[in-house]
Amino acid sequence: MSATEATADDRPVVDEHRSQWRQTWSILVSNRMALFGLVVLGLLVVAALLGELLAPHGANAQGFEFYAAPSLDHPFGTDNLGRDVFSRVLIGARTSLQVGAVSVGISLVAGTLLGLVAGYRGGWLDAVLMRSMDVLFAFPIVLLAIAIVAVLGPSITNAMIAIGVAFTPIFARVVRGSVLSVREEVFVRAVRSLGASDVRIVLRHILPNVAAPIIVQTSLSFAFAILTEAALSFLGVGVQPPTPAWGLMLQEGRGVIDLAWWMGLFPGLAIFLTVMAFNVVGDGLRDALDPKQRSIIESRGQGVDA
Amino acid sequence: MSDPVLSVRDLHVRFGSKRGVAHVVRGVSYDLHAGETLALVGESGSGKSVSTLALTKLIPMPPGRIDGEVHFGGRELVAMSEAELRSIRGNDIGFVFQDPMTSLNPVHPIGRQLTEGMRHHLGLSASAARDRAVELLSLVGIPDAANRLDAYPHQFSGGMRQRVVIAIGLSCEPKVLIADEATTALDVTTQAQIVDLVERLQEELGLAVVWITHDLGVVAGIADRVMVMYAGEIVEEADVDDLYGSPRHPYTVGLLGSLPVLGADEPGELTTIHGLPPDPTAMPPGCAFHPRCEFRDDDRCRDEHPPLRDADDAGDGHRVRSFYEVPADVREAASTSSQVAEAPPNAGDPLPAEASEGDR
Repeated sequence: MSATEATADDRPVVDEHRSQWRQTWSILVSNRMALFGLVVLGLLVVAALLGELLAPHGANAQGFEFYAAPSLDHPFGTDNLGRDVFSRVLIGARTSLQVGAVSVGISLVAGTLLGLVAGYRGGWLDAVLMRSMDVLFAFPIVLLAIAIVAVLGPSITNAMIAIGVAFTPIFARVVRGSVLSVREEVFVRAVRSLGASDVRIVLRHILPNVAAPIIVQTSLSFAFAILTEAALSFLGVGVQPPTPAWGLMLQEGRGVIDLAWWMGLFPGLAIFLTVMAFNVVGDGLRDALDPKQRSIIESRGQGVDA
Repeated sequence: MSDPVLSVRDLHVRFGSKRGVAHVVRGVSYDLHAGETLALVGESGSGKSVSTLALTKLIPMPPGRIDGEVHFGGRELVAMSEAELRSIRGNDIGFVFQDPMTSLNPVHPIGRQLTEGMRHHLGLSASAARDRAVELLSLVGIPDAANRLDAYPHQFSGGMRQRVVIAIGLSCEPKVLIADEATTALDVTTQAQIVDLVERLQEELGLAVVWITHDLGVVAGIADRVMVMYAGEIVEEADVDDLYGSPRHPYTVGLLGSLPVLGADEPGELTTIHGLPPDPTAMPPGCAFHPRCEFRDDDRCRDEHPPLRDADDAGDGHRVRSFYEVPADVREAASTSSQVAEAPPNAGDPLPAEASEGDR
């Protein structure tokens, strides 16, 4: 805990802001589940960045025995084309994270902008925007993504676009809801009474105040995006072979599950772990950014007021 | 007297609501001169805040609608575009809002919030604005100002925050400062300090202040002139001494009569104004106060709207919106009971009529 006990006058208050983030961090890592999630995510990022270097074999290197059971040489066994499943799972992390990052990035930017505009402007614009979001939201996400991919053609890029579009309403709703309450705060009126323009008010004064729910939503959406990508790949409309992707590998292993269970199990486990890691980190972030939780921790011997 | 800095003529504010059009400000007119303090008093919902927010169109529109004229520095503000108004807000007309806990943005250090207006309106560089921010904070009495610029609002106490808010309101040296319940949320000691501060700044900067409050004690301590608002109109307007010494409107008489008397020989029962203010979506055609009025002689005021007229044998500019004269002895009783006029500015109590807020 960064002690602010001695804050008042003898300590430069400049690093207070940083210490807020440090405090969030310390709350986050004190949550055992979240810490576990962070470790898993750290390993995933390493795998995604250095997959080829770490993997014992190439993703598409063939020439091994077909359907070899897990062994020391091939910890996760080999698949129907004699490729090392362990290497493919490792390298496949990149696909998953890439899809997660790009699609969540799309929905984050689009959803946040839409939510800010709808929440701040209100009135008919709000109604039109949010009703369109409701229409998008009414479709099951996977179905919507399939529809978009069906129009654009199956590829990893289109899968990312599809997931991004499908997730946009979630962000738009979260952001709009928060903006609606922040918009009514006195400081918004005060800033307006100082002559600030709407754009300035929204970007500089409202957006930072709705950051916490956006951060949490980002983390949770990552998990769903990866899951959706796996589902799309499984259905054959996402990542195309021979690119190593967990959903695709799961699908390839499905038909031979009684012959080579390892082909499906390990990519499935990878999806499970990743999604769970993002979820527990998201939950942890939600707690850490919750002002009520914070104040409990702040009250543990911290002078708030100077 | 010199030309007024701010001149409001027949200002109306209406809000469209599900229950019909709420006419919350109904023909308010006044002049504000440099260096003058005008107090706007009235209970919650009397339109005092809205009437000042409407000056620079700070109310949401729609559903709000503003009619009338607001003259400031040779320009008319009601017809002005949003972009032009932005150059006036903060720059020429500054606001200080009621709640110091919520009128600062929690995510920005106060220095950033303080310099924002100056950089925008005065075109100051970051370092020049910072220098001036330090000056301003010292001016409003924040010790160690240079080191406090990077502190966040939550690191300040309520009184200190309100000083920061006032510093922000003053940052661009406006000609008019509108203090909307600027001391209501503060304890009385801090209140007195803030009142003193504003008075001092007024002398130093020649600022005209509109002080919105329901605290008649503060009014007595700070105002030159007082306007009493009821149901969106000015019902009485007078110099502060005239108003306390010789209240003319039945509502004002009721307000002053309902204040506790400091140092009274025997603490009597406080008088109250029975009834509730009218529904703004269904104003009575006559006098808005007539259902609660104790001094009406006939039914004239039920159907006929009384104009704001000069009060009989009263001081200059003492105007009242009533057909009737409150008997001199009742006036006398109300004014003597309001020793609050001589009491320190923080000794008064909020209007008892404020209690009706919860019913509405």
